Amino acid sequence: MAVDFAKRTLENGLDVIVHEDHALPIVAVNIWYHVGSKDERPGRTGFAHLFEHLMFEGSAHHDRGYFPPLQEAGASINGSTNADRTNYWEVVPTQALDLALWMESDRMGWLLPALTQEKFDNQREVVLNERRQNYENRPYGFAQVALARALYPEGHPYRWPTIGEVDDLRAATVAEAHEFFRRYYHPGNASLALAGDVTADEGFALAERYFGGIPRGPHVQRPAIAPVPAAAPARWVLEDRIEYPRVHLAWHSPRLFAEGDAEFDLLGDILANGKTSRLYRTLVHERRIALDVVASQSSREAGGVFQVVSTAAGPESLTAIHDAMCDEISRLSDDGPGEDELARVMVQAEANFVYRIQTIGGFSGKSDQLNAYNVFLGSPGGFDRDLDRYRRATRESVREAARRFLSLPARAALSIVAQGRADLALPGSLPASVQ
Amino acid sequence: MSVDRSRLPPVGPDRLFHLPRHVKQRLPSGIDAWSVQHHGVPVFAAMLLLPAGSSHDPAGLAGLAATTADLLDEGAGERDALALHDALARLGAHLAIMCTPDATVVGLLTLSRHAEAALRLLGDVCFRPRLAADDFQRVRALRRNRLVQMRDAASATADRVLLARLFAGHPYAHLPIGTEASLDRLRVEDVAAFHAHAYRPEAATLVMVGDRPHAAAIAMAERATEALPAPSRVPPAPRTVAGPVLARPHHAIIVVDRASAQQSELRVGRIGVARDTPDYHRLLVANAVLGGQFTSRINMNLRERRGYTYGARSYFEFRAAPGPFVVQAAVQTDASGAALHEVFAELEGLGGRHPVTPEELELARQGLTRGYARGFETAEQIARAMVQLAQHRLPDDTFDVFIERVRAVDGAQVTEAARQHFVPAEMLSVLVGDQQRVGPALDALKLPWRAMTLDEALGS
Repeated sequence: MAVDFAKRTLENGLDVIVHEDHALPIVAVNIWYHVGSKDERPGRTGFAHLFEHLMFEGSAHHDRGYFPPLQEAGASINGSTNADRTNYWEVVPTQALDLALWMESDRMGWLLPALTQEKFDNQREVVLNERRQNYENRPYGFAQVALARALYPEGHPYRWPTIGEVDDLRAATVAEAHEFFRRYYHPGNASLALAGDVTADEGFALAERYFGGIPRGPHVQRPAIAPVPAAAPARWVLEDRIEYPRVHLAWHSPRLFAEGDAEFDLLGDILANGKTSRLYRTLVHERRIALDVVASQSSREAGGVFQVVSTAAGPESLTAIHDAMCDEISRLSDDGPGEDELARVMVQAEANFVYRIQTIGGFSGKSDQLNAYNVFLGSPGGFDRDLDRYRRATRESVREAARRFLSLPARAALSIVAQGRADLALPGSLPASVQ
Repeated sequence: MSVDRSRLPPVGPDRLFHLPRHVKQRLPSGIDAWSVQHHGVPVFAAMLLLPAGSSHDPAGLAGLAATTADLLDEGAGERDALALHDALARLGAHLAIMCTPDATVVGLLTLSRHAEAALRLLGDVCFRPRLAADDFQRVRALRRNRLVQMRDAASATADRVLLARLFAGHPYAHLPIGTEASLDRLRVEDVAAFHAHAYRPEAATLVMVGDRPHAAAIAMAERATEALPAPSRVPPAPRTVAGPVLARPHHAIIVVDRASAQQSELRVGRIGVARDTPDYHRLLVANAVLGGQFTSRINMNLRERRGYTYGARSYFEFRAAPGPFVVQAAVQTDASGAALHEVFAELEGLGGRHPVTPEELELARQGLTRGYARGFETAEQIARAMVQLAQHRLPDDTFDVFIERVRAVDGAQVTEAARQHFVPAEMLSVLVGDQQRVGPALDALKLPWRAMTLDEALGS
């Protein structure tokens, strides 16, 4: 199993990847810029994401909004920003591929003449509303913000949320947007993947035609990120407009594609994902003290975080849930997973590799995966290497990963409780800060 | 070759693509089996459709259909819940159970080589669930807790209140999950009776999409369901939703207080149309102009011009009986009144002083049709499309004629659709937000508005 591709790098440094799939007359256009919120600095957080919004507001030769011509051509369109990267994509009928590449290249090469104060102000308001909708006005909405502050020291680029702090967004200026664009939005810091009803020759010719004339930008400096210093585990409490308390236990874990990263995915599945997982069985099915439980390994370029999260079925059970989580984790660290349960989650992991190659575009379709491997591993051909990490996992390697990273109590234990009910948090919790 | 940046490159003529073809055959078990061949990735998607939606909940037992659906995978056939999920996991299979107002759909995705084993499990789940008392207690408690959690979510509250008020007295008035009071009344015997009535092979449609030839797929489904109980002679449950004739709502606003909320969740709605409306295509186009796409009027106004919201949209829910038409947005608190004013102006404008322009009409029609192929990329997408055909008993050529029907919609038809359906005077609005701060702005709108607690608003 593999996703076939051809890759070329244009003179100006733009990586171009083509994957042929002629099942339908559609093509996915996917561009990654290797810049995210970890490239921001304190005081100006949220900039990479705000900038993503500005990319949809028109460029020099088409200064009328990005959506209308593409939507009229039958495209679906979106973009997203995270800590490490920003991506943009269109899935277009084959006959609109020229249009999509014209539009993408125009905003890569000629965004700034069209970037006005008025657009900037408007999109800043939109982003503030995105934040209100997804954080302020959402139950448990600040959990990840509080955890990031608990896990990363002052100045660490994973400490702030990608959406940004309100004061920072208000302080941002158009001049800074221009500077940000010049530094990060150029061919040498981008990767273009075309997947679908296009041949490699056509794809490379079109990429050369539309992007070839854009000058190479400055070399992007990526300052080394110091490892997170050891610190004592701590407990935090956040009061929210909610009924049922929730607990998050979080540990630092392997970074993206590092040794143990895949093992942590499997560990999360064994521990808390799905009805056969250990904690679902004990907490939700048998003891019925929890409404839900999930675990996740979120691995990024400069570090990973492993989390186990559960919502209590009643006001009193956070401590019991916490203790059950710790018991299972120490059992896994001591004995490793059972042969049988490891086999089960490995089958699921492998099947998921098959399911995710069903689409050419969108978030996590084939074009997005090719770019992810290209940007993070240096080659689009990472699919098999990635899958192999799961195939090679053993009881011993899973146990070793758990032992290495989970031997201490959670670096951050966050209780989220109803307003005025800090007494329900795990004992010894300090008020968490989110602003 | 240099690029001409003075104009956008033209989009070439549309290319043909082949819509999936299905064959149908009634299995000995009574199940209506549909097969679609789809090549590419070796996966198998199945969806089993049952006439068991929340609109079939008996009076006073709102939530019965969804609770029944939720219990299906808590043990079935020879396996208890954990053994069942273990068996699914070992096939790499994903099971998804979805209860909507009109139907329940049990979806299965697995690798092609495991299709038959997975189909057997699907048959067990749908037709041989254990429905044990202890599992029922646990599942009901979890669902009841979810209802309590929903009270803290402003968007879910707004959706719930709008439906409760628009459809008061009608089977569409409640969400599939039901209410706290109705869940408390449910007994496991109700679940067993509902299952016996609604989950019968002869009332079910099984859609299969995978790389097997039709005959092989049908034969496989036959083998996988041969052990099911024989079809009953009682005719299947009717699929149509009956209900009282609903009164047109008055132009009014209901406010559910959420003190100090930074945003107001807005819903502006009215009873729309059923899926079998002859106006289906023109309503899709009219809604695409109004609020169905990013470039639609409501989003361009509220988001791109004024920055009040992260996004605003409108939609018709085309159901078995007329479903809701809804405009929705989460807007910053201090823009609540202005946002409502703009929504009403856009609703009014399209059928009145600001009829659709030729450019907007073209954008809406092309946006709906040129990208049509995208909707048939994966086995699951195709299965979902087939379920639509089966559920609403749509003609086999529904997808074939979609593009030409949408292209045939003209400006006068959009105006007419807007006049009929986008009528501010018949819109009920719901605002979940900070009552104290939005009050003065609502007064200024000169519309009757009333603050209610959530329970008052739900009529419970």
